[in-house]
Amino acid sequence: MGRPNMFAISDCAALPPAAFPYSAGAAGAMVMASPRMMRSRPRMATAEPQKPNADDMRRSAWMAAAQAGDRTAYETLLRDCVPIIRSVARRQGVMGDYVDDVVQEVLLTIHRARQTYDPGRSFTAWLRVIAERRAIDLLRQTGRRGAREVHAPLAFENYADASADPTGGLDRADDAGTIGQALASLPARQREAVQYLVIEEQSLAEASALTRRSKVSLKVNLHRALKALRGARERKG
Amino acid sequence: MDTTTPKSGAPHDRLIHGLAADLKPVRPLPPPFKRALIWLGFVLAAGLILSLIADLPPIGRRLMATPDMWLAMTGSILTAILAAIAAFKLSLPDSPRAWAWLPLPAAVLWIAASGLGGLRGFILPETYVAPLSETMECLAIILALSVPFSALLFAMLRQAFPLLPGLTAVIAGLAVAAASATLLNLFHPFDAAAVDLLVHAFAVALVVVASRAVGARAFAPANFSQPA
Repeated sequence: MGRPNMFAISDCAALPPAAFPYSAGAAGAMVMASPRMMRSRPRMATAEPQKPNADDMRRSAWMAAAQAGDRTAYETLLRDCVPIIRSVARRQGVMGDYVDDVVQEVLLTIHRARQTYDPGRSFTAWLRVIAERRAIDLLRQTGRRGAREVHAPLAFENYADASADPTGGLDRADDAGTIGQALASLPARQREAVQYLVIEEQSLAEASALTRRSKVSLKVNLHRALKALRGARERKG
Repeated sequence: MDTTTPKSGAPHDRLIHGLAADLKPVRPLPPPFKRALIWLGFVLAAGLILSLIADLPPIGRRLMATPDMWLAMTGSILTAILAAIAAFKLSLPDSPRAWAWLPLPAAVLWIAASGLGGLRGFILPETYVAPLSETMECLAIILALSVPFSALLFAMLRQAFPLLPGLTAVIAGLAVAAASATLLNLFHPFDAAAVDLLVHAFAVALVVVASRAVGARAFAPANFSQPA
C-alpha cells in the first residue's frame, strides 16, 4: 500500500479572508468573550456510539466519494453537515455569531482530516466529536481573550487615531483613478488575475476553476500586473 | 448517488465552494495499529543494525545477572509499543483522550524497575558506579537516537489531524524516549546505579518535554482567527 496523500489545503492562507465572513477575528479589535456567549461549561468530547440510519449511511457514502475526489458529493456533504455542527456547537454552549465560527472551523477540519475518516464507521459520530472539540477550543480561546480584553465600544469609537490623515481620502481617490486607468491598460490575462485574486478576493483554487487557467499562470500574471500597477503609481508620484 | 443540495449551508457557501474546488482524492489512512507497527519496525531495524556493532554477550550476561534490569528493559519496550499505539490513536481527530492512559502500566513497570536498580549502589557497595563522563554518554545516546525516531514518528502523526496536539505530542515523546532508552542497553557496559538512572530520567524527560514543545506546534490545528 502506498503512502496516503496529504491533505490538499496545507493552511488557511490558501483561502481569502472574505471566505471567513463569520471569523471572530474579523469582529474588530475589541472582541470579547461575553457571559452571554457561554451558556454553560463545555462538556468533554466523547464519541457517542450511534446506530447507523439512512442519513448517516448517506453521509458516509458521500464522504467515501469525497475521498475518491467527487466534488459534487463533497459539496453536498459539507452543506448537510452545517445544521449538525450548529446543533452540536449550541449544545456545547456556543452562542450567537460564534456558532458560525465553529461551523467554519469544523468545515476546514473535515477538509484537512478527511483522510482520517474510515468509511466503515459512522460519519455522523465522527463529525460530532470533531464539532464538540472545535466548539470547546473556541470557548477556551474566547475565554482567554476575554480575560485580557474589555468590551468598551464607546471607548473604541472615541479613540483618536494619531495616524489619521484628513486629506487621505482625496489622495486615495486620486490613486484609485490612476490605478483604475493602469488596470484598464493591462493585458486581459493580467487584468483577469487582478480581478479574481485581488478585487474579488478569490482563492487561487477558486480563480483557477473559474478562469480554467493554472494556478501558476494566475500567480505569474498577478505578479506582473502588480509590478505594472506599482510602476504606474510611481511614475505618477 | 443522490446528491440533492440542501439549503442549510447557504451562509457558508463560499467556503464550501472553495473547499470543494480544492478537493483532491485521498487514500484513507491505515489503522493506527498498522501505522504504529511501521514505526516500531523502523525502531527494530535500527536496533538490529546497532546490535551489529554492540558487544552482545556481556549485555546478555548482565541482564541475566540483574533481574531489575531486564524488568526495566521489558518495561521500556512495552512502553514504546503501547505509547506508539496510543499516539497514533490520539492523532485521529475523533479518538477519545483516554487512549493516553494505555502506556501507563508499562511506564510504571519501567520506572519502578529502574528505581529498584538505583538502590543497587546502596545494597551492594561493590557495584561499579559510572563516572559522570560515562553517564553523559548515555544522555548523548538517548538524545541522538531520539532525533530520527521523533522525525519519523512526527511525520507519520502529521498525516492525521490531531485535535489534541499537546497530548499526542507528549505520548509520542514517551514512545520515542522509551525506544531510545531500550536501545541504550546495547551500549550500556555497566550496571545502572543512582546517578546513572538520574541521567536516564533526565534524558527521557528532556525528550518528552521537547516533543511536547515541537509537537504542539507541528500538530496544532488553526486557531479561530482570520488567515494571514
